[in-house]
Amino acid sequence: MPTKIEKDAVTGTPTTGHEWDGIKELDTPLPKWWVYLFYATILWSVVWWVLYPSWPTLRDHTRGILGHDQRSALEQQLAAARAAQARWLERIAAADTAAIEADPELLAYAVRGGEAAFKDNCAPCHGLGGAGQLSYPSLADDDWLWGGSLGDIETTIRHGIRYASDPETRESRMPAFGAEGLLEPAQIGDVVQYVLSLSGRASDAEAAGRGQTIFVEQCAACHGEDGRGMRETGAPNLTDAIWLYGGEPEQIRAQIERPRHGVMPAWSGRLKDEVIKMVTVYVHNLGGGE
Amino acid sequence: MAEASASARALPAYDEDVVRWFALAAIFWGIVGFLVGTFIAFQLAYPWLNLPVEWGTFGRLRPVHTSAVIFAFGGNVLLATSLYVVQRTCRVPLFGGPALAAFLFWGYQLFIVLAASGYVLGITQGREYAEPEWYVDLWLTLVWVVYLVIFLGTILTRRESHIYVANWFYLAFILTIAVLHIFNNLAIPVSFFGAKSYSLFAGVQDALTQWWYGHNAVGFFLTAGFLGIMYYFVPKQAERPVYSYRLSIVHFWALIFLYIWAGPHHLHYTALPDWAQVLGMTFSVMLWMPSWGGMINGLMTLSGAWDKLRWDPVLRFLVVSVAFYGMSTFEGPLMSVRQVNALSHYTDWTVGHVHSGALGWVAFVSFGALYYLVPRLWKADRLYSIRLVEWHFWIATLGIVLYITAMWVSGIMQGLMWRTYDHLGFLQFSFVETVEAMHPFYVVRALGGVLFTAGALIMAYNLWRTMRREVREEEWLPSQLGALRVARPA
Repeated sequence: MPTKIEKDAVTGTPTTGHEWDGIKELDTPLPKWWVYLFYATILWSVVWWVLYPSWPTLRDHTRGILGHDQRSALEQQLAAARAAQARWLERIAAADTAAIEADPELLAYAVRGGEAAFKDNCAPCHGLGGAGQLSYPSLADDDWLWGGSLGDIETTIRHGIRYASDPETRESRMPAFGAEGLLEPAQIGDVVQYVLSLSGRASDAEAAGRGQTIFVEQCAACHGEDGRGMRETGAPNLTDAIWLYGGEPEQIRAQIERPRHGVMPAWSGRLKDEVIKMVTVYVHNLGGGE
Repeated sequence: MAEASASARALPAYDEDVVRWFALAAIFWGIVGFLVGTFIAFQLAYPWLNLPVEWGTFGRLRPVHTSAVIFAFGGNVLLATSLYVVQRTCRVPLFGGPALAAFLFWGYQLFIVLAASGYVLGITQGREYAEPEWYVDLWLTLVWVVYLVIFLGTILTRRESHIYVANWFYLAFILTIAVLHIFNNLAIPVSFFGAKSYSLFAGVQDALTQWWYGHNAVGFFLTAGFLGIMYYFVPKQAERPVYSYRLSIVHFWALIFLYIWAGPHHLHYTALPDWAQVLGMTFSVMLWMPSWGGMINGLMTLSGAWDKLRWDPVLRFLVVSVAFYGMSTFEGPLMSVRQVNALSHYTDWTVGHVHSGALGWVAFVSFGALYYLVPRLWKADRLYSIRLVEWHFWIATLGIVLYITAMWVSGIMQGLMWRTYDHLGFLQFSFVETVEAMHPFYVVRALGGVLFTAGALIMAYNLWRTMRREVREEEWLPSQLGALRVARPA
């Protein structure tokens, strides 16, 4: 097609003379700022190429005058971080948890280190800050299933609860009174009323009375005659408002009929010894430590 | 103009059937992709939405979203517009005739269905944006070669002496995607009747090949191809000449030369050697101005026509898309700098960056092109409703703003939380705390997705009524309609 250069009426710039489906093009020169910024980015790149490893050669690559190497830089940073922590971890390794708590400096360090490890390893079940959730006990109150002293907590963390592969794990099993036919459904109803009466919530005093007899025979061995629980068996206190598997009548009934048994892994071997100590101290300091 | 000259320029009968099909497919797949995207955004905010079947989980649905919006929506828009533009700017019908074009259409749709059905069934190569297994890859290769034959054949048989700039970009897109697709998918199938295959490359070479592909899928599929759209539809809708021919040449060659080197910036601080990281980063930064060349040419083409933005929402879609293009091609080089990447990598900032380009640039320029094409392809006088285009524009823009600001804030927050140490050398935050902190932003992002999808549904309704050649009574001055009114050759 014939080339026909025109002058654009709006900008006064000539066109290139081509036209496609009604589209024309102006012959505007390159914007100066655009050209100079382009040059600037090239210059910036050349500076990087001079300073850092950048271009491959036949058998190797350019090294850059800074001698920078990402891998050794990372190794140096890691070594420095490890060195900064080493003096603390050595002291923790040498002390027991009681000695750590007795030293304010070491305690502050252990609580922070324990918190960091707790959030990565324990919080998925026990919640941030050990707040707990249904089926996973709160660690921030003074209601302990297996004991809240430093020694108790450390044992629980090291060996877990009902964790089959650890011979020293904490073990207990509540009978399935309904599923195994140890109690009649009506008797279970009576026991539920009695358990509710322990926290002043029974709706049927007569049934609760019948339930007390059964409770003394069947439950008191672990939960205690007064229902306040027993730490040797991890049996929970039934007289307070804290319920591991729910405190509604039907939830209590379900637990008597076919109890659920929580499992906690043993952390010995998974976490370093120093870290277990720090987590112990952290949990002990959450609020309910004994 | 003299009659002889007019007859010399008589228009051939263009093949528009295939363009209509691709336009319909683009609208359909666009809505599928936006709906899945919005759903998986809600899954991230509310994990219980992960359905209790494996194909209803985020992991299976995420590639359905990405492939649906990139290859099904974006791909069909590119095919529709490129086949429309190449005929008109070469003044010849499609090379190969309607049968080859029909094969291209159905072959491409089959590729989409094969890919998507594989994802939900768990058949994947595990390569981002290249998830389909070997049998789908082979099929796409055949379809793509047909596309190249049709497009290149049309250019070679053209009746214009010069090749229009939009076609340079389309051709660069078609050729480079072919090369990227073939090399990144070199794999050995485990068995002839099995879906599984293993990559020909291993370790860091494999990772680098993948991100050489991955970044240039952005560079050539979502940038070069869509610049082709921009170079035709912006001057058409603005009714103005392209701002600078020289700029288009320089930025075209600079862009395609530099883009192909930029992939290593996806692998900063990994096993990729230092030198490759630095090289990839510097080429990414040098890419800034070549990218902006397209933005300048798009925006400055409006000089003398800026007033049209007040009443032409289709032009507004096109111009705002170019502005988003400029923004994300500034953000990209910035994020490729190693020290910035140390903060941004693996965070939602990346997701926000991608979506400012995908929603703001790719989708908006596609919407503008579809609003331009549909009345012309279906022989309507104009769009059914210009008011509805305005509603679409504002709802979608609000959706984008919600999306990208939420991701900027949550991404930078996430990156800062990951790297915060206390004075004793312990990490201040655990991973689960960063997830908890991001929740409100995930909700905002999902709401942005709802708005964006709602806008697309408005568009689908408007275009459907337009295809039926219906016109809603709206008060527009004839002088304001401009390119909104379809000009008919006398």
